[in-house]
Amino acid sequence: MGAKLMKLRKKLFSYFVILLMTVLVFGCSSNSSSSKEDKKKEETKPEVTTVGPDDGAKLDMWLFVDLHQQFYTEMLNRWNDQHPDKQIQIKFTVYPYADMHTKLTLAVQSGEGIPDLADVEISQFPNYLDGEVPWLKLNDYVEPYKADLVTSRLDAYEKGGNYYGVPTHVGAMVMYYNTEILQQNGIDYTQIKTWDDFTAAGEKLKEATNGEIYMTTVDTGGGDWLTLAMSEYGESWVKDPENANVQLKSIENMLTMQQEWLEKGIAEVTPGGQIDAEEGYSTVVNGKVAAFPKAIWYMSRFTDYMPEMSGKFAIAPAPVFEEGQPRSNGAGGTGTVIYKDSKNAELAAEFMTWAKLSEEGGEQIWNILGFDPVNTKVWTNQAVTHNPENKYVKYFVNNPYDTLLEIQDEVNLIKTVPITTTINEVFNLTTLNEILENGADVKEALKAAQEEVDFEQE
Amino acid sequence: MKKIQAFLFSQKIAPYVFVLPFIISLAFFWIYPMISTISMSFHKIGNGYSEFIGLANYEKLLGDGVFHTAVKNSVIYTILTLVILIPIPMLCAFLLNSKSVLGKRVYKSILYLPALVSVVVAGILFRYMFSEMDSGLMNQILNFFGFESQEWLKNWGTGMFVLLLLATWRWTGVNTLYFEAGLSSIDEVLYESAKVDGANAWQRFWYITLPLLKPTRIYVTTISIYAGLAMFLESFMIYGSNNSPKNIGLTIVGYLYRRGIEKNDLGYASAVGLVLLIVALSISMVYLLSSGMFKKEDK
Repeated sequence: MGAKLMKLRKKLFSYFVILLMTVLVFGCSSNSSSSKEDKKKEETKPEVTTVGPDDGAKLDMWLFVDLHQQFYTEMLNRWNDQHPDKQIQIKFTVYPYADMHTKLTLAVQSGEGIPDLADVEISQFPNYLDGEVPWLKLNDYVEPYKADLVTSRLDAYEKGGNYYGVPTHVGAMVMYYNTEILQQNGIDYTQIKTWDDFTAAGEKLKEATNGEIYMTTVDTGGGDWLTLAMSEYGESWVKDPENANVQLKSIENMLTMQQEWLEKGIAEVTPGGQIDAEEGYSTVVNGKVAAFPKAIWYMSRFTDYMPEMSGKFAIAPAPVFEEGQPRSNGAGGTGTVIYKDSKNAELAAEFMTWAKLSEEGGEQIWNILGFDPVNTKVWTNQAVTHNPENKYVKYFVNNPYDTLLEIQDEVNLIKTVPITTTINEVFNLTTLNEILENGADVKEALKAAQEEVDFEQE
Repeated sequence: MKKIQAFLFSQKIAPYVFVLPFIISLAFFWIYPMISTISMSFHKIGNGYSEFIGLANYEKLLGDGVFHTAVKNSVIYTILTLVILIPIPMLCAFLLNSKSVLGKRVYKSILYLPALVSVVVAGILFRYMFSEMDSGLMNQILNFFGFESQEWLKNWGTGMFVLLLLATWRWTGVNTLYFEAGLSSIDEVLYESAKVDGANAWQRFWYITLPLLKPTRIYVTTISIYAGLAMFLESFMIYGSNNSPKNIGLTIVGYLYRRGIEKNDLGYASAVGLVLLIVALSISMVYLLSSGMFKKEDK
């Protein structure tokens, strides 16, 4: 009897152990994964917004800028009002910049979980054009608007004659001048036409201020000056995308000139590497720099981070090496892509091209985002562009569109292709530092850069 | 029924059941990804395609200057962290263990506190402290003593200094705790008898403490080698991205991330990862073999 009881106990105990093990293994794993899931949900929850009626065609969209969602929401509400037969509901998810692109890369690679719509930043765009392109060709959808568009922006997202992305803005490069500093020192920025004029003004400023205020700052961590130079000479380092060439006259001239500025003390290296960074803003706010080139979208940095400089800055076309050269180029950008196997791909394309390329959409791009819209009809609509209530119109000394209209036909595109990532990396990390910080010979440094680029091109 | 019972009660099988959870997780999270990585390193992987290219990725690694920079940075960083983070914590532990020090717990907590701060927070703080502007904390201090402002994060030497300082600040406390645990397991009797035999403090440290701390030392060194070679987040946070001027802050893992995620080339990144694995394994193996870890204890 006792022995039997012992055996039963033993048996029960071992069953219990096995049960415990099972619970531990499965319970633990499911537990931890669900808590992770919850955490994830918590992190992204506030950033998911669904707009539109429940019976509308359902679309998923990924973005990386919160403000852009406001614009899409506005356009979606207008669309649904105007098209009772084509109702759309979009679920917007805003991720941090790197997260969104990483997630999209992995989705595209595995072919699973690709959203119907996604905002892709221009420098990331070539990543998704390799191999079989997962995006819908937009040529037919763009056609109705094409006559009014700055078409170089469509080319930014083109491959093999097909457009794969809907551009958001032109991103025209302009010169921002601190008129307060310049006036105090007797310099009229409207008279600066060439880089020689610019250099002369810099020398004058240096003398007047004992070298305390620099005419400009040169970048070691960004390529804005270089793309501007290429545009002026009509060159591009990726004219042949398979055989990128960085040893160009435009780049050499620009960097040689910048080295001279540094030697003469009329320019300094931008703290933080480029002007669109915390250190850059504080340099501008401290009145240490009189002028710098940056795209039109930099206006929002002024209103957001440098409100105290209101009424002190003017926008003008960039100087050129030789008069008659183009004075701008398109910089930065976001292309919206549409997943070609999406159930509602066609409707999505119709909506997105209307939202961003129509005149109505362009007006909102200016009003909500403060960008120079791709549809140039907006540029001449005085009621929109000179609206005295607009914060950008209020902030700057002159109207941004006066300059934009002047350079309308000069906004060239330096295309972003797969090798561009490498070129940017080589220049922004090594070459520009060598030349501007360490005073390396421009030709030699460019040769070294070319070798690094060639290593990737083999 | 009988068979199931026999199975469950078998003494031969039970041990396997007990180690099963570990085996399963090892297989899922370690063996499978590793085999997959090895296979990927021989492929070119793009969107929706994967093409066998043999050893091309490895051949490219041989000539890849940026990769060499990354390896150099990681190895030097690892060696320097070892040089700093073994002796200093050992000394701290020795001091904290001696009877004449007051307020040991306070010191211990202070030393350990930085380890509780997230690398992300610490990295951002260090970035601002070592800003190149005159308003950066470190430059203010330099200026106060009459030195010129430094561009801390633009030069290799100062950049490495900032990384090492962050590592020292964060890990001194943790390593001190390890060594303290090792010290407290050394029998007091040994010291007393040494004293009786006329050994001075230095001799006692050299002939008793140091040899008996060997297991702790080996453990701390091994994890430090791994931590040094795998360093990524510290550099990422200090430079605000994976990009540092002239790649002075680029590590092997940083390069893996750049290739695999930022440039969408997972095949090449897999090759980078495997090289890291081989480097880490061989350094650890050489160290463990030379320290006699695999020998049977002599009695």
